[in-house]
Amino acid sequence: MPLSKDTIEYVSHLARIELDAQELKEFSVQLEEIVNFIDTLKRIDIKDIPPTSHILPVNNIAREDKNRDSLPADKALLNAPQRKESFFGVPKVIE
Amino acid sequence: MEYTAVIGLEAHVHLNTRSKAFCGCSTQFGSEPNSQVCPVCLGFPGSLPVLNRTALEYAITVAVALNCRVQEFTKFDRKHYYYPDLPKNYQISQYDLPVALEGFLDIQVDGKVKRIRIRRAHLEEDAGKLIHRQDISLVDFNRAGVPLLEIVSEPDINSPQEAYAYLTFLKSIIEYLGVSDCDMEKGSLRCDANISLIEKGQSGLGTKSELKNMNSFKAVKDALSFEIERQSELLSGGGVITQETRLWDAKGLRTISMRSKEEAKDYRYFPDPDLSPFTISQDTISRIKQSLPELPREKQKRLADQYGLSDYDAELITSSRQLADYFEECLKGYANAKAVFNWLSGPVLSELNSRGVSISGLNISPEQMVELVKFFQEGKITNLVAKDVLGQMIQSGKAAADIIEQNGLAQISDAGSLKKIIDQVLEENTKSVGDYKAGKSNALMFLLGQVMKKSQGKANPKTVADMLKTRLGGS
Amino acid sequence: MQEQKLNSFSAHALLGKLDKKEITPQDIVSSLIERAGQVEQRINAYVRIEEAGGLSLAGASGSGRGESKLKGIPIAIKDNICTEGYNTECCSKILRGFKPPYDATVIKKLKQAGAVILPVKTNMDEFAFGSSTENSCFGPTRNPYDPERVPGGSSGGSAAVTAADEAIWALGSDTGGSIRQPACFCGVVGCKPTYGRVSRYGLIAFASSLDQIGPITKDVQDSALLMNLIAGYDPSDSTSVNIEVPDYTKSLFKDIKGIKIGIPKEYFVEGIDGQVKDIVWQAIGKLKDLGAEYCEVSLPHTQYAVPVYYIIATAEASSNLARFDGVQYGYRHPVQKSFKGQSLIEMYNMTRGRGFGQEAKRRIILGTFVLSHGYYDAYYLRALKVRTLIKQDFDRVFKEYDCIVTPTSPTPAFKIGEKTKDPLKMYLSDIYTISANLAGVPALSLPCGFTKKGLPVGLQIIARHFDEETLMRVAHTYEQNTEWHKIKPKL
Repeated sequence: MPLSKDTIEYVSHLARIELDAQELKEFSVQLEEIVNFIDTLKRIDIKDIPPTSHILPVNNIAREDKNRDSLPADKALLNAPQRKESFFGVPKVIE
Repeated sequence: MEYTAVIGLEAHVHLNTRSKAFCGCSTQFGSEPNSQVCPVCLGFPGSLPVLNRTALEYAITVAVALNCRVQEFTKFDRKHYYYPDLPKNYQISQYDLPVALEGFLDIQVDGKVKRIRIRRAHLEEDAGKLIHRQDISLVDFNRAGVPLLEIVSEPDINSPQEAYAYLTFLKSIIEYLGVSDCDMEKGSLRCDANISLIEKGQSGLGTKSELKNMNSFKAVKDALSFEIERQSELLSGGGVITQETRLWDAKGLRTISMRSKEEAKDYRYFPDPDLSPFTISQDTISRIKQSLPELPREKQKRLADQYGLSDYDAELITSSRQLADYFEECLKGYANAKAVFNWLSGPVLSELNSRGVSISGLNISPEQMVELVKFFQEGKITNLVAKDVLGQMIQSGKAAADIIEQNGLAQISDAGSLKKIIDQVLEENTKSVGDYKAGKSNALMFLLGQVMKKSQGKANPKTVADMLKTRLGGS
Repeated sequence: MQEQKLNSFSAHALLGKLDKKEITPQDIVSSLIERAGQVEQRINAYVRIEEAGGLSLAGASGSGRGESKLKGIPIAIKDNICTEGYNTECCSKILRGFKPPYDATVIKKLKQAGAVILPVKTNMDEFAFGSSTENSCFGPTRNPYDPERVPGGSSGGSAAVTAADEAIWALGSDTGGSIRQPACFCGVVGCKPTYGRVSRYGLIAFASSLDQIGPITKDVQDSALLMNLIAGYDPSDSTSVNIEVPDYTKSLFKDIKGIKIGIPKEYFVEGIDGQVKDIVWQAIGKLKDLGAEYCEVSLPHTQYAVPVYYIIATAEASSNLARFDGVQYGYRHPVQKSFKGQSLIEMYNMTRGRGFGQEAKRRIILGTFVLSHGYYDAYYLRALKVRTLIKQDFDRVFKEYDCIVTPTSPTPAFKIGEKTKDPLKMYLSDIYTISANLAGVPALSLPCGFTKKGLPVGLQIIARHFDEETLMRVAHTYEQNTEWHKIKPKL
């Protein structure tokens, strides 16, 4: 299935990545080639084969409902590109 | 053209586990911003989630109480969307193998019982909180990662009243289980609604609106009522309903369309590779079933039978598990169920409402409360005084007996003391005396009221009334 | 005879000297600094050296106590493993300046064992997306054996510093071969543990169901030593497995008599470099001389490993990298004041558009595509099913055989720039390493010879789940009966 420019634009919007015209063009060609390649999987008969989401047969990994130390706000905000008081700042979100 | 409303409700319930769904941070409400966070709930690069066992246990508990089919095999999936309050830009949720499916709630509306089916219940993590200022939005991640149970009903609800009944019943069940305080004001219970209209007599679904931003059960009822009107007007006028999200405007009392571009949401769900899947054994489900506390309906019926309460009264006293338990504790020390009920459902409930607290917030033990009720029942203090003493008990934390003694609040019943007060009142209110003698029997109540006032509520009203009648003559 | 410089020793050799108090940890670091001064300009394997104030112990963390297991031996860390207080940026612009407020579990363990963590990290392909370390925002690392060639990737920096003796040993990460292939290209030992053997907590995730942290070392004994220290259950990682960690150094001195080796025929088809094929067969012959038996086996779904990988890995990567948006850390693209609420969207789109490199963007878009509505079943779900078939291939072979031996890479190190124009060509170079990640089995690469141009050739050994002991046993026996591990690049 070829990856049209429209598809790439739609997907890049889903992924919140701005592509410039050059990238759109290049990716179009490259990704189409890659998708054609991964399409080789269509040849295989996968009837009755279960999917492997987890490679190890391990279930029920959980922890006790206990409190553990949190980060102090200063550490949490250490890398914040914009900090206001003890909050992370972002451009105004209009709902 | 007559229409039937077809309504489905989605409730998000905060589970009151000690720690978050996937990390050890506290879930306490109202702390300093970003003080209950860690690399995991902040979604820092390299961090990994580990499920809180109790969150799953609570989810199963609710599912069982809602008559759901608990899944033998359940797993978590990633739900992707971009928003500043979602640290990883995906939410750990459940997609095709949720904890529970196919349950029901039997609600009571206008004396009739109606079954509302529950489609599914699943676990997920909450997002953080956004605060909007002038030119900036601020994010607090304290709430990010708190465990949520999402309960989705089938669209079996057909009126705002039914929606209200469903939500209040759902809330009381969950409260009874003790797994959440279900407080819409605090945000531990959130509700969205889907509503469409179909022609009366038809079946199926119409084009729906999704309603959000309703912050109380009343708001849900009002929003649905408004939406029914809006949609039926539109349809009657030959218009067409657009499938959209609408926000409830509590000030303007209307729903407003979210003008943002409505695109089909592609959440790109896939199984979360960082979390193991979970198997829930029949043993676990049985154990949880057996350990369920008495649920609201059962308790209501039992209290009515056991203590001779009317259905209405039983429903009132079981509206909160705390209140019902408190009621029964009181009865351990004093068997007069009617008296205790009247006291709790009257003056006490009034105090709870005006102070905005629950029964535990009054800090009065059942034993202390019963002492007060006994004093009143045995005539030691009047009704008015008893209410006052209650208020003082709440303020000071002192026992009823102490307050009554220290303030000399005992009821005055002896004729001697009463005569003095009556004499004064009759002297000061000659006009009323005249009125009474002229045949206006209301004047007696007025004079009685004056005596009560002069005695600071302590005069025995019956005795005073008798004495007044005797003094003034007449029947 | 010129005395051997400290930086050229293995860790286990240095432990002996530290024990006898012949040297101090500072001596080792001084030696590394001197070496870096000689070669780092040409190799470019460490990143942000100036920012960190130079390669030194100043500010390095870890106790280095004399009584500890590692006695203060320094270790180089790949730029995607979180070290508290030190920049950890995955060699990406979008994480520029990021200082994690916590240590990865493996770092905690190494510190407890007395290692000293070098504050300067090693170069890598951005977010581990690559097989050549050409996708770094700090420029490519060069192969110590031939600076015109790539060191492999994505742990090219870690492999190069180890090979060039700019480090004693290093940690890398492996999702599709990113430890083994650079180890192979640089003539050192690289081990990818069983999935779940080593905690991933603190490893900045590429593909959650495939990633593992592992050692890159000068010899097999060092690999066993490091594995002892980093392996083990971590309650912070739901995918780490609670199985006791054996003492891997105890597997080092056994022989390999009677070990049954499977040689998968699918790994010797068209596309493999003639010299690589010959050298690997010679190594297999050597294994036979040392007492092992080998036989041809089949892993019939090998040809599907690369497409399966590029669906699963990119899907998981697109999800794991969704969090890089300029909100909490890293690069944030400056936006105009709020224009009809568009600023936030612009911030996301431009931050990610400008902050990610080309390969990262390509993979995120591909990964988003295969998860998107309408394509999920045809791509992602289908890939998960073929993954089952690939795993079953290994299960079948391991019923009869103790390990599988293959070349690590179909070619020796290629030239810088040779494959950058053709992503697909680059992806195909992972063909021998990818299957082990998909099946979750442990695998190790060690040097087994050199091409006529003097480029290292690597032998890959693959074993059953949690049987790193067999890897160590076979690898060490081969190594100690050959001289390849003693050869150093001429820098």
